[in-house]
Amino acid sequence: MKTVAEFEIKYCQFLDAEGNLAASAPPLARDSGELLKMYRFMTLVRAFDTKAVNLQRTGRLGTYASCLGHEAAHVGVAAAMQTDDVLAPVYREFGSQMWRGVKMASILLYWGGDERGSDFSAARQDFPYCVPIASQMLHGAGVAMAMKIRGEKRCSVTYVGDGGTSEGAFYEGLNVAGARALPAVFVVVNNGWAISVPIGSQTATKTLAQKAIAAGIPGIQVDGNDVIAVRHTVGEALERARRGEGPTLIEAITYRLSDHTTADDASRYRDASEVKEAWTKEPLPRLRAYLMKLRVWDEAHEVALKAECTREVEAAVDEYLSAPQPSTDAMFDHLFARPPKSLLEQRELARRYAGSAGH
Amino acid sequence: MAKVTMIEAINRAHAWEMAHDPTVVVLGEDVGINGGVFRATVGLQEQFGKDRVQDTPLAEGMIAGLAIGMATQGLRPIAEIQFMGFIYPAMDQICSHMARMRNRTRGRLTCPVVIRMPHGGGIHAPEHHSESLEAMFAHHAGLRVVCPSSPARAYGLLLAAIRDPDPVIFLEPARLYRLVKQEVADDGLALPLDVCYRLREGSDVTIVTWGAMVSDTLRAAEKLEGEGVSCEVLDLATLSPIDHDTILDSVAKTGRLVIVHEAPRNCGIGAEIAATVAEHGLYDLHAPIKRVTGYDTIMPLSRLENDYIPSTARITDAVRETLAE
Repeated sequence: MKTVAEFEIKYCQFLDAEGNLAASAPPLARDSGELLKMYRFMTLVRAFDTKAVNLQRTGRLGTYASCLGHEAAHVGVAAAMQTDDVLAPVYREFGSQMWRGVKMASILLYWGGDERGSDFSAARQDFPYCVPIASQMLHGAGVAMAMKIRGEKRCSVTYVGDGGTSEGAFYEGLNVAGARALPAVFVVVNNGWAISVPIGSQTATKTLAQKAIAAGIPGIQVDGNDVIAVRHTVGEALERARRGEGPTLIEAITYRLSDHTTADDASRYRDASEVKEAWTKEPLPRLRAYLMKLRVWDEAHEVALKAECTREVEAAVDEYLSAPQPSTDAMFDHLFARPPKSLLEQRELARRYAGSAGH
Repeated sequence: MAKVTMIEAINRAHAWEMAHDPTVVVLGEDVGINGGVFRATVGLQEQFGKDRVQDTPLAEGMIAGLAIGMATQGLRPIAEIQFMGFIYPAMDQICSHMARMRNRTRGRLTCPVVIRMPHGGGIHAPEHHSESLEAMFAHHAGLRVVCPSSPARAYGLLLAAIRDPDPVIFLEPARLYRLVKQEVADDGLALPLDVCYRLREGSDVTIVTWGAMVSDTLRAAEKLEGEGVSCEVLDLATLSPIDHDTILDSVAKTGRLVIVHEAPRNCGIGAEIAATVAEHGLYDLHAPIKRVTGYDTIMPLSRLENDYIPSTARITDAVRETLAE
């Protein structure tokens, strides 16, 4: 027997958990302006997330999927994208959305039970959240196919979770993107847990990046808590896609420091010691330590930033809470461009009985 | 004017719209060089190129999902599913996303997609090739479901489906693909969606049907005419939303209603028509409503398929029974 094909999976990390920079780091690691911008966003996302959980706990928001611990994986990806690229998220990539201009008030409106939350004021070609797991893989591929047909230099970026890699749609998306050399980047955010199922029970593969091999496309693993590595890796994949060389699968390794959603209690299925250990690797302190080493950040900056983030988040919460209740027409008015008569009749019926639930 | 089969009419509608609207693209399994397993897309790749007529990898859910992504970027994809029995893997994409995208984003992103597929049995095809699953789609909000019954209506309704700003499930009766030829003007004129087509005026009984059962029903009506029974035959054409007004008007005139469909009876579209007539036209009825449908069984393999599909005899008997009431 002879070997007919061989593969390897590389791992990329530039900034370790203590904030030490590897010698191989790209120029981005010396660009303090960009690093500070990402750090500010990561801090804002953390403040937003904390507030959103608080809103849910106090009955002012519906079930919410926290992004605690994912800040680097989310901000790093968006920071590598161009404005006119298209993002297809799962449902907790708030850092990516906020970087791309989606308002915090919109995100809250969605989780507060209002479809208007997905009518973004910016990034208007980006997809809304995708709750049926991994089905967004095909949307990202389809968007990229449209871009390729038109010969545009744009790309799609699609997120999927570690659990999502078990779905057929995950492979279908990678496969067609590879077969047609589509300008697409797929980012698996491997946070270790699909609700209560750990990654070791999800698959026998050593990495999720290697799932790319079956689709004939490059797969790379990156420290998802290192925003420099995430942005660099996604940036290279996007450049490759823009050159017409096809898609890339990136596995960003991070940890879900929160419950799956506010309706979940992770203490039922995972050890506190594991979570404690994960907190020592989370993305913010390492970047902060590195910025301090660069002498572009100090405690005074930190205090000022936190106060600024609180103000921004509180303003968004005010906007969210002051949004008027949708009328029952909202169920009907965006179903069809040309609504059938039967639907208009039902719209009238809903108007007549609006607010009558429980009476 | 050329006489063409339904499959040729479908092919011409594609070609017309692709020539006049550069955003129209075709995707599916074997739709390129092979021109589709029924030849609906024959010649299109040659004429419009491989970018606009794409042979996809073999995965129905992927085809529907790609169409969604492409549509949100301003293209108008026409996706072919080879046989209706293979639609199930695509249901997640169609129902969870395609049908909901406009509503979920308040109109920011839309899916002007046509999903075409053969519908029904009667062509001695293998297992999973002969299903009639229209009710499954009609039950989902956000979709239009269309089923032509002649070459001319296939041409006009397909053009309307492609031009519609929302997703349309376009069901093509496989039994009719090559059954008859009809003069069809290749003039790019669409036919209206959301309306029934009155194929035969009558005064004694209204028969509502669609797809391949239209030809059997017309044959039954002809036979009954010889017995002095005057049948009004309505081709439903758009199965969702249903043009209830035309049906109710007809029933008000005839006082009797027979619904004929190849799909199973249980929770079929016939039930929705019967319920609506019961709600809004009960006092026009001189006799109970009759349904002539496929059985609530699995579509049998080819040896029994013609015993599954309602026969002309079943239709004429149902009409005679309503008249005897």
